[in-house]
Amino acid sequence: MASPPRVFDRKLLAVRRARALRAARPGADFLLERVAEDLLDRFAAVTRHFDTAVEIAGPTPALAAELVATGRIGRLFRLDWTAASRPDAVADEEALPLAPESIDLAVSVLSLHFANDLPGVFAQVRRALKPDGLFLAALLGGDTLTELRQSLAEAEAEVTGGASPRVAPFAELRALGGLLQRAGFALPVIDQDRVTVRYANALELMRDLRAMGAASALHERSRKPLPRRVLLRAAAIYAERFADPDGRIRATFDIVSLSGWAPHASQQQPLKPGSATTRLADALGAREQSAGERAISSPAKRGRGTAEGGGGGA
Amino acid sequence: MTEVPRPAGQADPKLLEILVCPLTKTTLEYDAARQELVSRAAKLAYPIRDGIPIMLPDEARVIEG
Repeated sequence: MASPPRVFDRKLLAVRRARALRAARPGADFLLERVAEDLLDRFAAVTRHFDTAVEIAGPTPALAAELVATGRIGRLFRLDWTAASRPDAVADEEALPLAPESIDLAVSVLSLHFANDLPGVFAQVRRALKPDGLFLAALLGGDTLTELRQSLAEAEAEVTGGASPRVAPFAELRALGGLLQRAGFALPVIDQDRVTVRYANALELMRDLRAMGAASALHERSRKPLPRRVLLRAAAIYAERFADPDGRIRATFDIVSLSGWAPHASQQQPLKPGSATTRLADALGAREQSAGERAISSPAKRGRGTAEGGGGGA
Repeated sequence: MTEVPRPAGQADPKLLEILVCPLTKTTLEYDAARQELVSRAAKLAYPIRDGIPIMLPDEARVIEG
């Protein structure tokens, strides 16, 4: 199998995360807090007990502690890219060291957008889950940081006459839904929440990104640091095009939440076409009408078939 | 990490139950003396540092045989 393109430098990401943890700038983890809260809400809606749970690439121990505090998890093990966050094991989700059907719950917040091979990660998580195991995740997607991407590209083109990738590509909502299904998850649910964050200027936004350990780690990134002239020009373009009347700039974060279950016989299944035993018209208390004279062939039969749920086997 | 406190430097037995070699997904042998998790299939020994298994092939020791 051809290996997927290497978009991200995973080793550099681990270094960045370790550095961000050491610096721990207060307030920079607002995004993580918000996403963690949302994931806890989604977890609260699932009323069952999970014996063995794993958090994949959790940036901080906070979410794990709150999940365990719900009393509905037996053991929760944190995996992270770096030992700096004191995880239970250091692992890369692209080569997940989990035995098949060994866990009941897998959670992940704000990390999977750094995966080079998201289909591979989903498939590995799915294999690690026991039947009826749950996967809950949130990652950045869609138009995240689109303003910064546009401003940097334009500034770099203006100043240096060329542009190099500076802001990571993000996955589309629809594509993510398809990937979940292809990885074999049942009852997949996917949802997007747009958060607009306001900053004094683009430089402050970039400082925050670094504090989250999210400064660019693109594999094909330019190895030269961004020239100061480009940086200042980008900040100016950003302020011109994406500022509110009060002068503060807007930054878009699209948070994609997803959940899926490892298939199990107890889960709701679609019925076979034609297997209905009650007519739809009876259930609705409506009088059934034929499709009328404009229908091309056997209108009555086709009409009934539809009411019975698919008309298969006619 | 949350309930039973474990002696410093010791990997959690329950965790070792679910860990496999990240490359081959085969079972690992726990070498308590060397503090390593050995994958015979990949011929790699993953170190356990301060009780934290480092399940990265880049950090593993290549073994003979």
